[in-house]
Amino acid sequence: MELLQQLTFLERGIIAGVIIGFICPLLGAFLLVRRITIISEALSHITLTGIAAGIFLSQSALWLGFINPLYTGLVFSLAGSLLIEKLRQIYKHFQELAIPIILSSGIGLGAILISLSQGSYNEWYNYLFGSIVTVRLGDLGFIFFTGVLALVILIMFYKELLSISFDQEFAKTSGIGVRKINFFFSLLIALVISMSMKVVGILLVGAMVTLPVAASIQLAKSFRQVVIFGILFGELAMIGGIYFSYHLNVATGGMIVVTGVVLLLIAVILKRFRTGLA
Amino acid sequence: MSNIIEIKDLSFAYHGRNVLEDIDLSIEAGSFLGLVGPNGSGKSTLIKCLLGLVTPERGEVRLFGERLSRFHKWEDIGFVSQKANSFNSGFPATVFEVVSMGLYGKVGLFRFLTKKHKEKVREAIRQVEMEAFMHENIGQLSGGQQQRVFIARALVSEPKLLILDEPTVGVDAKSVKRFYTMLKDLNRNKGITLVLVTHDIGAMTEYVTDVACLNKHLHFHGDTKEYEEQEDDMMSRMYGHDVQIITHNHEHHDDHAHDGGHSS
Repeated sequence: MELLQQLTFLERGIIAGVIIGFICPLLGAFLLVRRITIISEALSHITLTGIAAGIFLSQSALWLGFINPLYTGLVFSLAGSLLIEKLRQIYKHFQELAIPIILSSGIGLGAILISLSQGSYNEWYNYLFGSIVTVRLGDLGFIFFTGVLALVILIMFYKELLSISFDQEFAKTSGIGVRKINFFFSLLIALVISMSMKVVGILLVGAMVTLPVAASIQLAKSFRQVVIFGILFGELAMIGGIYFSYHLNVATGGMIVVTGVVLLLIAVILKRFRTGLA
Repeated sequence: MSNIIEIKDLSFAYHGRNVLEDIDLSIEAGSFLGLVGPNGSGKSTLIKCLLGLVTPERGEVRLFGERLSRFHKWEDIGFVSQKANSFNSGFPATVFEVVSMGLYGKVGLFRFLTKKHKEKVREAIRQVEMEAFMHENIGQLSGGQQQRVFIARALVSEPKLLILDEPTVGVDAKSVKRFYTMLKDLNRNKGITLVLVTHDIGAMTEYVTDVACLNKHLHFHGDTKEYEEQEDDMMSRMYGHDVQIITHNHEHHDDHAHDGGHSS
């Protein structure tokens, strides 16, 4: 514990980044094959609403001061994820509607809560664009435990999720409890989004689940390779981004995403080059 | 012989329109049933009712003697859906990965495939003669090759019952013949009970042991011999009058061929 407390802010940020760089692409691989990477955008915005609610509540009464906005962010993200699933059932033939409905409701409610609370400009800026220097020990604990939980769910349902993503009907007839697993998958997305936002920022979280796997699918033949290359690209983007943001003194989230985009471009060019040779 | 599938008094309606009415159908272990009927006759719906993918209005389904709601030995059933081919062709999965999916329900949560499972996957791929494509991307294969991969995915759990819904749609004629021969072999030599849904009536009678004719109602269910005796009558009942079957190119080896005047 003492050792943990001796960690510098930069070390805390890097540890958090490495955890996020691993989990985000792993989840992203499943979002990619299910063609719902866009869900991360809706959930990150509803997480913002939760954070605004947390800040508002902690300011509104002294005895509520203990509330960490990250936790309320997680609660809102979980609720949002389940609501999206529900909306997709209601709008069976227009499932894509669920995302903008949740996204705009989240921003609307968030804007009201932000106007009611007294967060500083800097505080909001950090939430929107990410910051590694503000990762406190408690935040690191939050990222660690949600990360472990997400990893456990992913390992537990890896095969089942892959089978459902490829062919839901077959998965059902092979004895997989599709509904149960889809429910856990919703929880999983919410967990990963809310754990990532402290470092990457709300506006950029979607990039972390999308860019690494968008790069890896250029080069991968199998789903396994999508996952492995995705994690590799994710970690590269994360560590590269933190390094450059620290040395250039720019927003961490922005730098991580830009590094991810550069890696994506390299993957696209590599693929061109390879198919050109073949 | 015992019945692997028992359907009793089953009716299904979609948006208030009856698709299936009063279906009673029992399928014996070891048989190879051809389920035929025109487009929109409810063939696929019947299969979906059978597999619990949709819930019928009325009636009962039993699989291996167990009521459908209590049935859980799904590894005993292999299913190749009509839509199996309509997956996203960019899906990043190899033939090996797709066939492995046939074992996922059986292996259980938190577990990954063991060496023994992987050997089974390779065996199933060999069985459909796709071993040369084991590590190829599924989307890059031809329709016929993909279909064989989906058969392997259904076979890998060593099912006792294999259900195929229009498996030859989009597959060229030469592959279809080879495909039917493979099914016949699975039925005769491996003892797998087969249900083949098709509208390709002519080609199928050469391979199946029993035929069921469906068009909202079950018009006929019997062995191939009985079916051939009543075929013309059956067709007019199912499709309406004045239907001629022109794909009659299969040989009759049985002794009641239409006329005795053939010489060799």
